[in-house]
Amino acid sequence: MSILVVAEHDQQQVKVPTRVAVAAAQAIGGDINLLVAGEGCQAAAEAGAQIPGVSKVLIADAAQYGHALAEEMAALVVSVASGYTHIIAATTTSSKNYMPRVAAMLDVAQISDIISVQSADTFQRPIYAGNAIATVQSADAVKVLTVRGTAFDPVAAEGGSAAIEAVGAADSVNLSEWLREDVVELERPELTAASIIISGGRGMQNGDNFKLLESVADKLGAAIGASRAAVDAGFVPNDMQVGQTGKIVAPDLYIAVGISGAIQHLAGMKDSKVIVAINKDEDAPIFQVADYGLVADLFKAVPEFDAML
Amino acid sequence: MKVLVTVKRVVDYNVNIRVLNDHSGVDLNNVKMSVNPFDEIAIEEAVRLKEAGKAEEVVVVSVGASNCQEQIRTALALGADRGILVETDVDVQPLAIAKVLKAVIDQEQPQLIITGKQAIDGDNSQTGQMLAALCGYAQATFASEVDLGDGVATVTREIDGGLETISVKLPAIITTDLRLNEPRYASLPNIMKAKKKPIDVTTPDALGVNVTPTVTTLKVEPPAARAAGIKVESVEQLVDKLKNEAKVIS
Repeated sequence: MSILVVAEHDQQQVKVPTRVAVAAAQAIGGDINLLVAGEGCQAAAEAGAQIPGVSKVLIADAAQYGHALAEEMAALVVSVASGYTHIIAATTTSSKNYMPRVAAMLDVAQISDIISVQSADTFQRPIYAGNAIATVQSADAVKVLTVRGTAFDPVAAEGGSAAIEAVGAADSVNLSEWLREDVVELERPELTAASIIISGGRGMQNGDNFKLLESVADKLGAAIGASRAAVDAGFVPNDMQVGQTGKIVAPDLYIAVGISGAIQHLAGMKDSKVIVAINKDEDAPIFQVADYGLVADLFKAVPEFDAML
Repeated sequence: MKVLVTVKRVVDYNVNIRVLNDHSGVDLNNVKMSVNPFDEIAIEEAVRLKEAGKAEEVVVVSVGASNCQEQIRTALALGADRGILVETDVDVQPLAIAKVLKAVIDQEQPQLIITGKQAIDGDNSQTGQMLAALCGYAQATFASEVDLGDGVATVTREIDGGLETISVKLPAIITTDLRLNEPRYASLPNIMKAKKKPIDVTTPDALGVNVTPTVTTLKVEPPAARAAGIKVESVEQLVDKLKNEAKVIS
């Protein structure tokens, strides 16, 4: 087996989900190479070379990879794909963009968002918002996989010493152009990397009331999330959404405040180790997955909770 | 310009699905079926382009069994002009669907193709991107805002951490995210009118596409259930449990 993991990075550091993808690659077994494509990404390649289990880092440093445009990324991955039995990336909005394009160009299926490796060709993945788990077997010569970021423990960031080899850029596809980005500067941990998350739902009533959660989050070092209802109501931006179509998280502690617990929300957080629900409706479905449920008015309970921390 | 929209027949998003006892799949008997919610957003976006005078015709395509005509009719009632059903009883997988759609695009030559970003049954999020690859077109996935210009579209995309804006050359494939628009409801007169709109039926064979799956589902199981938790009586008790029992805060 020869496995290519495509790295997600910020040109400086390789992001944690990529080390989860390396863990999945190790579960498959075989020689693991890491592709770092970007613009001015030497530092990220050097960081990637230190990931234990990676035998070689391929670096493609060119202007067209600076913003990971799908057309350019897919052309590059396909240009280096020869000889690999598996091409793997962590499930992120970036890999979800280019990996299916890679698979189609190779004329093979993609298996999205795997949560376990049964063998080199058999994997488990959630379907129906995680309400069922399918075990699927691929007959394709090359397996293109994305890996759910919460499904494997990431391998260490340091300890390895892989060689770094430059690969030439693929011909520029030139079908799309990056214009701008509006990325929120986080003062708190990223949702997918946080060990504690406190999320608000429709019960928060407005965006201002999320300040109640911010105070708790600051004390716990937690990230702040939201249900789709809270995002749709305009309380908070969409990048805070946890759920089937938002972020999938599995922190040590997930505190759901004023969230009823629609199946689409549960799909995004039910693998959390400990779940706390604070909701005034004692019949809210969130209580069915909560380890500790508190039936209370959140506007009383959250400040009280905050004061006791 | 002509806009092509894809629709998938899926279990309604409000249905709590049940895994079959023999683990062969999910129980689809007597279950309410609907248009995949992201495809409704795709239909809405296309219809709005037509209403704004930017598109002349909206063609809706579905790939699947004959009962997918119901979902095509829904799209027609929402404002699409005509439908195409590529009928097959095979459980078609994303790559095969993309190949079928490519064949339809070769015939129809739309300038813009709008698909949902994922279907809520398989949760694959692949078809639009694969279609773009097969056509050699640009792709703008997870769109929350679309602005059509002359030969290009400017698309704002939902990415981890925020938003990104790109421009893509047309023809292109756009996949819809939740916040692109809020789909309308079909009015009764439009539902009646939709019954008279044409649906062409063809097959993968007629389009020269092999839809045999390469991925086999060996079994489908319910997820591991969470052990039932407890209700605490007070915030004080909650903090105590988190500190001393779960040991997740200090």
